[in-house]
Amino acid sequence: MTTTTPAASTGAPPVEQVTLTIDDVEVSVPKGTLVIRAAEQMGIAIPRFCDHPLLEPVGACRQCLVEVSTPDREGNLRPMPKPQASCTLEATPGMVVRTQRTSAVADKAQHGVMELLLINHPLDCPTCDKGGECPLQNQAMSNGRPTSRFHDVKRTFPKPLAISTQILLDRDRCVLCQRCTRFSEEIAGDPFIDLQQRGVRQQIGVFDPGVLGFAGSEPAEVYRGVQPDGTPISKAEGLPAQDPAGPAGQATVDTSGRPFASYFSGNTVQICPVGALTSSAYRFRSRPFDLVSTPGIAEHDANGAAIRVDHRRGVVLRRLAGNDPAVNEEWISDKDRFAYPWQGMPDRLTVPLVRERAADGTRGELRPASWGEALEAAATGLAAARDAGGVGVLPGGRVTLEDAYAYAKFARVALGTNDVDHRARPHSAEEAEFLAHHVAGARMSVTFDDLEKAPTTLLVGFEPEDEGGIVFLRLRKGVRAHRNRVVSVAPFASRGLERLSGTLVPAAPGTEAEVLDALVPGADGVLGEAAGLLGPDAVVVVGERLATVPGAYSAALRLAERTGARLVWIPRRAGERGGVELGTLPGLLPGGRQVTDGAARVDVAAAWDVERLPETPGRDASAILAAAAAGELGGLVVGGVDPDDLADPVLAREAFASAGFLVSLEVRASAVTQLADVVLPVAPPVEKPGTFLNWEGRPRPFPQALTSTAMADHRVLDALADAMDVPLGLRTFGQVRAEIDQLGGWDGARAAAPSVAATEPPSLADGEAVLATWHLLLDAGRCQDGEAFLAGTAQRPVARVSPELAGHLGVDTGAGLTVRTERGQVTLPVVVTPMPDGVVWLPTASTGSAVRATLGVDAGAVVRVQAAALPGAARAEVGPAGGAAQPQPLTEGEER
Amino acid sequence: MSTTLSPVLSDQWDAERSWTLATYEQGRGYRALRTALGMAPADVVTAVKDSGLRGRGGAGFPTGLKWSFLPQPDGGPRYLVVNADESEPGTCKDIPLMMATPHLLVEGVAITSFAIGCTHAFIYVRGEVLHVYRRLLRAVEEAYAAGHLGKNIHGSGFDLDVTVHAGAGAYICGEETALLDSLEGRRGQPRLKPPFPAVAGLYARPTVVNNVESIASVPSIIDRGVDWFRSMGTEKSAGFGIFSLSGHVERPGQYEAPLGITLRELLDMAGGVRGGHELKFWTPGGSSTPLFTAEHLDVPLDYESVGAAGSMLGTRALQIFDDSTCVVRAITRWAEFYAHESCGKCTPCREGTYWLKQILARIEHGRGTMEDLDTLLDVCDNILGRAFCALGDGATSTITSGIALFREEFEAHITGGACPFDPVASAKFDYTPRNRRADVHALSGVAAGTVGA
Repeated sequence: MTTTTPAASTGAPPVEQVTLTIDDVEVSVPKGTLVIRAAEQMGIAIPRFCDHPLLEPVGACRQCLVEVSTPDREGNLRPMPKPQASCTLEATPGMVVRTQRTSAVADKAQHGVMELLLINHPLDCPTCDKGGECPLQNQAMSNGRPTSRFHDVKRTFPKPLAISTQILLDRDRCVLCQRCTRFSEEIAGDPFIDLQQRGVRQQIGVFDPGVLGFAGSEPAEVYRGVQPDGTPISKAEGLPAQDPAGPAGQATVDTSGRPFASYFSGNTVQICPVGALTSSAYRFRSRPFDLVSTPGIAEHDANGAAIRVDHRRGVVLRRLAGNDPAVNEEWISDKDRFAYPWQGMPDRLTVPLVRERAADGTRGELRPASWGEALEAAATGLAAARDAGGVGVLPGGRVTLEDAYAYAKFARVALGTNDVDHRARPHSAEEAEFLAHHVAGARMSVTFDDLEKAPTTLLVGFEPEDEGGIVFLRLRKGVRAHRNRVVSVAPFASRGLERLSGTLVPAAPGTEAEVLDALVPGADGVLGEAAGLLGPDAVVVVGERLATVPGAYSAALRLAERTGARLVWIPRRAGERGGVELGTLPGLLPGGRQVTDGAARVDVAAAWDVERLPETPGRDASAILAAAAAGELGGLVVGGVDPDDLADPVLAREAFASAGFLVSLEVRASAVTQLADVVLPVAPPVEKPGTFLNWEGRPRPFPQALTSTAMADHRVLDALADAMDVPLGLRTFGQVRAEIDQLGGWDGARAAAPSVAATEPPSLADGEAVLATWHLLLDAGRCQDGEAFLAGTAQRPVARVSPELAGHLGVDTGAGLTVRTERGQVTLPVVVTPMPDGVVWLPTASTGSAVRATLGVDAGAVVRVQAAALPGAARAEVGPAGGAAQPQPLTEGEER
Repeated sequence: MSTTLSPVLSDQWDAERSWTLATYEQGRGYRALRTALGMAPADVVTAVKDSGLRGRGGAGFPTGLKWSFLPQPDGGPRYLVVNADESEPGTCKDIPLMMATPHLLVEGVAITSFAIGCTHAFIYVRGEVLHVYRRLLRAVEEAYAAGHLGKNIHGSGFDLDVTVHAGAGAYICGEETALLDSLEGRRGQPRLKPPFPAVAGLYARPTVVNNVESIASVPSIIDRGVDWFRSMGTEKSAGFGIFSLSGHVERPGQYEAPLGITLRELLDMAGGVRGGHELKFWTPGGSSTPLFTAEHLDVPLDYESVGAAGSMLGTRALQIFDDSTCVVRAITRWAEFYAHESCGKCTPCREGTYWLKQILARIEHGRGTMEDLDTLLDVCDNILGRAFCALGDGATSTITSGIALFREEFEAHITGGACPFDPVASAKFDYTPRNRRADVHALSGVAAGTVGA
C-alpha cells in the first residue's frame, strides 16, 4: 500500500500552511491536505481501504474514522458530533484530531467497521493470492476484533468472474472500496467495471444486463477457467455482439458496451486492497512471503517505468508497478506487468553455439561449444571479415546503456567501423540527422511532468496509448486536472485520443510534413485551431514512425522553431534513447559527438586509448543489410534483432544468409540464430544489472534480479574483443559505468538540422489505397511470448478503411478486406473508420497482420485493397454466436 | 380540544376532479404566482424566510435560508429540484398531495424558481406511483397551455421549464445528493459533501432541493401573507403540516394541522386507537425516528418538542401500534426495509443492515440469544453516525429505542423460543400467516445467501 504524498515541485509559489493537532502533536501541512495524509506525515497510520493518494476521495469504506474538533468563530473548540472519515476531511487551522491511538470513540468506530467488513468476507486467506500482503488481513489484525460475533448467513457469489482472460474477480472478497472502478474512470479512462445492484447485493462487475436485471436478459456469465493456452473451458454464453476491434480473448463488455480491452487493467489488481481482483498469470502460483522482490525497470518501452520483480527460486512469478512519482507514478501498462515469461522460455540460449561452413559456403549444423572455442571462432571469423570488406554491427533497440556503449566501442575499436545502427525498424538519414541535431546530448529537455503540465501537446506520428503506454496516462492526468489539450496528427482518432478528449488533425500517411507546415494561425478549420494552441508552453511529441515520412522531422523542427514549442522524440523501444546517447549510430559517437567532428573523435580516441577512430560516417542499418546482401560486407554482429521488425525483412534475411560471417548475441533462439556462425548467449534484463535511458533522457538503473551465469552483452563483447587482441576494458559493469562517466557529455558542436523536402503524396489508381500502420501495444512481438492470458486481452487485429473507400469496395464493418502488395497479402475483418479517403490501416505486427514481413512495405506505401471472404474462424469470432451475420449496433454503449 | 385542523394544502382534496387546472383555478389557483411575479425575487425569498417555513421533508431546515445559500448569479443555470421521492415507511403526504392537487406543487415550483432565478426545475417522483406521475405530467402540460409555465410567464419575462422525472424506486434517492446523481443518470448513491448542492448540485450547478410539501406551502405564504402563516404552529415551528396517521387507528389518513398539535388531539379527530385496544407504541416521524409510547401522547408535534422528547418530527408519519402488536416483529419488518434499501456505498449501512436483519429475524422466530440483544445494540452503535448518509442512522432508530422501551418483550421471544403474539390479532384485515417453515427459511437469510449470478 502506498502512503506517499507527491512532493511539491520546486519553483511553485509557496503553499499556505495549516497547523492542526493530531494525537496531541502539532503539525503543519499545506492547505488542502487531507487529515489522513497529515497523519501519515507524522507516522500515524490510520487504517483505510478506499483511500488512495492518486485517486479522488470517496469516503465509502468508513474505515478511517477519527474524532475531530474544530474551533468555532469565537475560537472555542467544538467537537464534531460524529466520527469523521479522515480520507475526505481537509485539515483546517486549529483542528484537533484524535485517531485510534488517543480516542476510544475512533478506535471503537474502526473496530466496528472492520467487523462489518468481515461479516460477509469469506475469510479464505489461506487460499487467497493476497494472503500475506493484504491490507484487509493486516488491518483486521491491527484494528479488528480478535473474534467475530457474526453467526448468520454470509452473502456469496459464484466465482470468479472473468473480466478478461487476465483479470479475474472474486466478488465475495470485495469490500467495495471502488479503487478499481475509480482507477478505470479517473486514470485509465476505460471504465470496464462499475458498481451494480445495491445494498448487500452491491457488487463490482462488468456491464452485465443479467446482473442488472434487465427484462429478458441472459444471466451473468460465470467464468469456468481457461486452458493453459488461454482457451476458455466453456463457451461464452449471452455475450452481446462483439466489436471486431475488441480484444481477442474471451472478454466481457465494458460500460461503454464494447468488449473490454484495457492496457492498464493490471493496476486494478495491484491497488485492490483485498484479493477480489487477481490475475490469471499469478493466481494460485505463490505466497507473497516466498517471493524475493527486486526493483526493476520495465524493458518493453521507452518510458523506463519502475517495476518490482517478484521471483522465487530463480523464476519470475510476477511484476508489480514500482512507485516513482517522476516517471510512472504507481501505474504500469499490462505489457510491463505481465509480459515477463519471454526471459525464461524453453528456447533460451544457454551455451555458445558454433557452426562450420563447408568450403563452398554451405552451412553445417549449430553445435554447443565452450565459451573459449566459441569466442575464438568468432574472433577469427570477425577478424577475417573485417579485412574482407568490414563488419556491420546491429545491436537492436533493446539494449541497456552499458551494452550500447560496448557495441559502440566494439564497432569502432575492434572492428574499426562506424557501420553500427541500433535502429531495428524503418529509419532514414533524415531521422539520423534529427537525432544528432535535436536528441543526442539533450537529456531531460522534456519530462513526464512537462507532458502533464503543458497546456497543449501535439502528437505527430505517435499513438499515445499504443506507442506511449504510461505516456498516455500522464497526458490524461493533465487533461483531467488542468484541462490540457491534446492534438494528434494522425489518420484517425484512436480510442486513446478519444479518451484524452483530443483533437484530431487528420493526415493521410505520408502527408504529415505537409500538415505540420500548414499549422499556421488563421488556417482553415482544425489546422488553424491547432496552430492557435501551439505556443512556447506547448510540447510537440514526434514518434519514431516519422522516419517513414520524408521531410516530417524537418517540418517538426520548423514548427517548433516557429511556435517556440518544445519538441521531444518518444521512441518505442527501451534502448533507442540510450543508443542515440551512447553512439550506436553510424554518425554519432558517445555523448552526441559527431563522427565527422575531428575534435570529438580525438576526445573519444583519447578516452579509449586508441590512435584514431574511423573518420567517415558509417552505413545505417538498411545500408548495412543491403551491403551484406550484396556481399560488400565481410560479416555482421547482430544483437537482439527480429528481421520482421526491419524495414525489409526479406532483404534482412538475405543479408544474414549472404554475410560471410555472422555472429549473433541473443537471449533466445531467433531467425538470426538459424543463420549465425557463432551464437553467443547473453543475459536478459532480469539477469543483469543495467541502465535504460528513457525517452526523457533520464537514467533508469536497475539491479540484477535473478542469480544467473548468463553474461551481459558488454561482457561478451569484451571477451570477444580480448580474443581479437583488441582489449576494450569493459569486462565488469563497474568498468563500463566508470568509463561512461569519465567520457562524459560533449559541449562541442552539434549536428545541423535536417532539411528534407516533403514528397508529393502518391496518386491512387482504382483499388489502391495508402497504407497507415503502427504497432498496437499488445501484438505478436517476441517479448510478449509465453503469456497467453495477456495475449487474450490484445485488440483483435482489424483493417480500418475510410467510409468512402469502404463504400467503393462494397465492404462494411465486420466484412473481410484483403490488403495486397507484390510480396503478399493480409486479410482481416473491416472496421469502417472516419479517415481521409483512400487510407487503409493495419496493425503492424499483430497475429495475422505482419505488415513488413508479409507485405514488405510500410506506412505511406500504396497497396491494393479488395473485399474478401473471411476465413471461417475469423468470421465466427467476429459475428455474434449463432446470431445475425452483422454485429448489432451497441446502442446501449452509444447512448452513454 | 385546543387545536383544530387547518386545511390549506388539502383544502381542495375533496373537490370534484381536484387535480384539474379548472378546479384549481376555481379556488386560489395561480393567484400567488401572479402576485409573486409582481414582486422582486429577493422579496419572495424574504417572505419565505420571514414565514419561518421549515423543510417538510424531515430535517426541518429553514426553507428560505436554504434558498439564500445559493451563490450570486454568474450567468449560468441554477436549478430547483423537488424531492418527490416519498418512500419512508409510514409517510404518506406528498403522494396524496400530488395525486389530489398537483397544480399546488406546480405553482409552488413556479414561484420558487422565480425567487431563486431558476429557469429549469425538476420534480423527481418516486417511480412506483405511476398514477401520480401521470397526474403531474398532465398538470405540467395544463400549466404550460395556460401560460403558467413556459416562456414569458404572464408577460413577466420569466421563463420556466418543468421536467417531471420518474425515479426507479430507490429509498436512497430521497437523499438529496443521491437524488441528484439519479437525476443525472448515474447510480443513486449519496455524494461526498462538500460541495453542497447549493454550490454544485445538479450538473455541478447551484441547486435547491426541496420537499414537495415545502414547495406546495409557498403559494399560500405569498397569497395570504407571512403573518397568516406564522399565526399557526409554534414560534420555531411555524405553519401547518400534513400528519399521516396509519396503523391501529379508527380513521387513518392525512390530517393537516398546525405544527405543535399532539397525538392525543389527532387521535381524538381520528376516532382513537382501534376499538378494544390500547396504544402501545408509535413513530412520530416515520420508521427512521425513535419510537414513542402512550407516555408521549401530549408531546407537541413540532421540531423542538419532539426532539427534546428523544425522537424526531421527521415527516410526521404517525404509525400507531396497539397492544396486539409484537414490537419485535414490527422492528424486524423495518430492519428488512433498510437492508433492502441500503444503497451499498458505505460499509456500516451495507453490512450492518444485513446483519441486523438476520439477528432480528432469529429473535422474532425464537432462535435468538441474550447475547444477540447486546450485539444488536452494539452493531447499531457501530452504524449510527458512522455511515455515509442518514439512511444508516435511520435504520438503527427503532431498534435501539425498541429495545430500550420493550426489552422484556425481546427477552420473552428468546426465553420462550417463539413469538408470544398472534400475528392475526394485530392485522386489520383478513390475514393468513405465511407457512412458518418457509417464513423462517426466508428470513433466516438462507435464501439471501447467494445473490447475483
